Amino acid sequence: MKQLAVRLGQRLLLLVGVSLCTFALLSAAPGNFFDDLKLNPQISPATVSALQAQYGANRPFPERYARWVESIFRGDWGYSLSYHCPVGGLVWQRARNTLLLTAFAVLLAWMLAIPWGIAEALYKGGWVDRTGELILALLLATPDVLFALLLLLLAARTGWFPTGGMSSSDVTQLSFAQRIGDLSRHLFLPVLALALTTLPILARHVRSAMIGVLDAPFLIAARGHGIPKSRLLYRHALPVALNSLISLFGFSVGSLLSISLLVEVILSWPGLGPLVIEAVLARDIYVVVAATMFSAVCLIAGNLLADFLLYCIDPRVRTAQS
Amino acid sequence: MSDRAKRNALLSLFIALHLVVILPGFFSTQGYAEQSRDLPFSPPTRLHFVRPDRHFSLRPFIYGWNQAALDIGTYEVDRSQIYPIRFLVRGSTYTIVKGITASTHLLGVDKPGRLFLFGTDDFGRDEFSRMLYGGRISILAGWIGAAIALFTGAIVGLISGYSGRWVDSVTMRLVELFMALPWLYLLFAVRAILPLRIETTDTFILLIAVVGIIGWARPARLVRSMVLTAKERNFVLAARAMGASNFHILRKHILPQVLALLLTMAAYLIPQFILAEVTLSFLGLGIGEPVPSWGTLLAELQKYNVLVNYWWMYAPGIALVALFLIYHWASSTIQQRVGVPLT
Repeated sequence: MKQLAVRLGQRLLLLVGVSLCTFALLSAAPGNFFDDLKLNPQISPATVSALQAQYGANRPFPERYARWVESIFRGDWGYSLSYHCPVGGLVWQRARNTLLLTAFAVLLAWMLAIPWGIAEALYKGGWVDRTGELILALLLATPDVLFALLLLLLAARTGWFPTGGMSSSDVTQLSFAQRIGDLSRHLFLPVLALALTTLPILARHVRSAMIGVLDAPFLIAARGHGIPKSRLLYRHALPVALNSLISLFGFSVGSLLSISLLVEVILSWPGLGPLVIEAVLARDIYVVVAATMFSAVCLIAGNLLADFLLYCIDPRVRTAQS
Repeated sequence: MSDRAKRNALLSLFIALHLVVILPGFFSTQGYAEQSRDLPFSPPTRLHFVRPDRHFSLRPFIYGWNQAALDIGTYEVDRSQIYPIRFLVRGSTYTIVKGITASTHLLGVDKPGRLFLFGTDDFGRDEFSRMLYGGRISILAGWIGAAIALFTGAIVGLISGYSGRWVDSVTMRLVELFMALPWLYLLFAVRAILPLRIETTDTFILLIAVVGIIGWARPARLVRSMVLTAKERNFVLAARAMGASNFHILRKHILPQVLALLLTMAAYLIPQFILAEVTLSFLGLGIGEPVPSWGTLLAELQKYNVLVNYWWMYAPGIALVALFLIYHWASSTIQQRVGVPLT
């Protein structure tokens, strides 16, 4: 447990570093939100400088940072100049949707990748393995942009799925069960796009991890005892292969967050993606900083979760510290 | 097909693809900004071999388009005149490198005829030519970005691994900082720092800079871990005992051990960086009109009617998939040869 606590401390320090860096870099950026206002002939220079003073945009850097940190503890995370509201609520509202999307995508990707990789490892060199690898190579070469566009085309052409958004327009009149159905119909395409993009990487890792295990003497012995094949695979081989896969889990969270940013824009999912891009274009730096911090927290949380799972599953990790 | 033949075939494909991209002017049929306003969204021109009088012609030829009488935007083939395809024709002037211009194109047709191998976009610009020019931008951004990232990464990794102590811990904390962000968020954060509205030529340099800035951390960490083992090798210790300077040891003894890793990294990083450029341009944060890149070409597909009706506008996407397939093959081949794991 001490090990985990040390890790946690390190990660928290890392977060402070990330916040300091992104904050410093974004405030050093040329041009800010008020530059656009200055170009507007209907707004007098006096008004602009008054606004700047009101939002503390012309204060020295340490003071702005301190103010920002203070606003975190109030739950505000700074003030969004283009939305005229505290950033915290704004980002959280969107981040929730991104998290929902990512969680389902992680689930789907792993649920596909594990049987896929195991099947390939089991029939190594056979036609299952070769066609599987071919499909994975194609999936790996297809960029996330293209996946999202193709799925959008599917939705537009067939009408089986909504082409965007998170709920139908009549959602308020639906019963609870219907609402769940509606949400899952909207979720399907973005989740599929995300899962397909990460699937090849995960399946390949599962395959190579399983190949390493399947040749181990203890498995041959277990087979000799007449243990049925499926039990052999999922109860005896998989837990051994799981170790390297769990560290991959943390990675998959990070990469999914990245991809979801893009997929959300194309498939109009009301997540962080569209918000961040608008904020970058509008120079609304507090929104960018908050979204960046959110992504860092998620990535770090994913890694910590992987550490924790490893700690629970692998007795070697648990006993090594004492 | 034997392994050797397969390898040669793929290698020549790899080289051919890059040749086409280095010389888009020669292989394209017109400039990337040339418009044919009367032919928006014309489908790809079909090559024919059988003349209207049923004679076979070895030289392929094309027909012109007629605007259909009722529907704007749909076309009918005009069979009254044929335009044979000619090779090495004179066409619009293009620049090869700054200052050197040429006007010979590989393919072309006689004047009133127009050859659109992959159809046209909403301004009647030739999608094929735009795809080639766009490929130049996207692939060059990937290459130069990777070069910058690998160069910085290698230097940082060499110094940090070789000197150890506080230099090492400081740089490694920095690396962790860069790797604590999912890469697209990092991309946006770095993009947000740089000026928003700029000239297109500057945008290209800026894109490379962005890609280079975000990419150095991973190579640095890998190189460092290689250096840590490399510097304990006996011949390195011997060189040091004989009084070789640090610079000499790094250059003559340690760098060669790291080169294989750098090569593997390059094959792995270039497609990623191409994708970074494509992503930024796709979202309107990169190269802007009229200069094409694969990202801006794909961005056209965000318009509903383009997405649904004009299948030829997907061409850059298919090119991207083909390119990535070749790169992944190259990277796995190099990896098998050199035997450096990339984790």
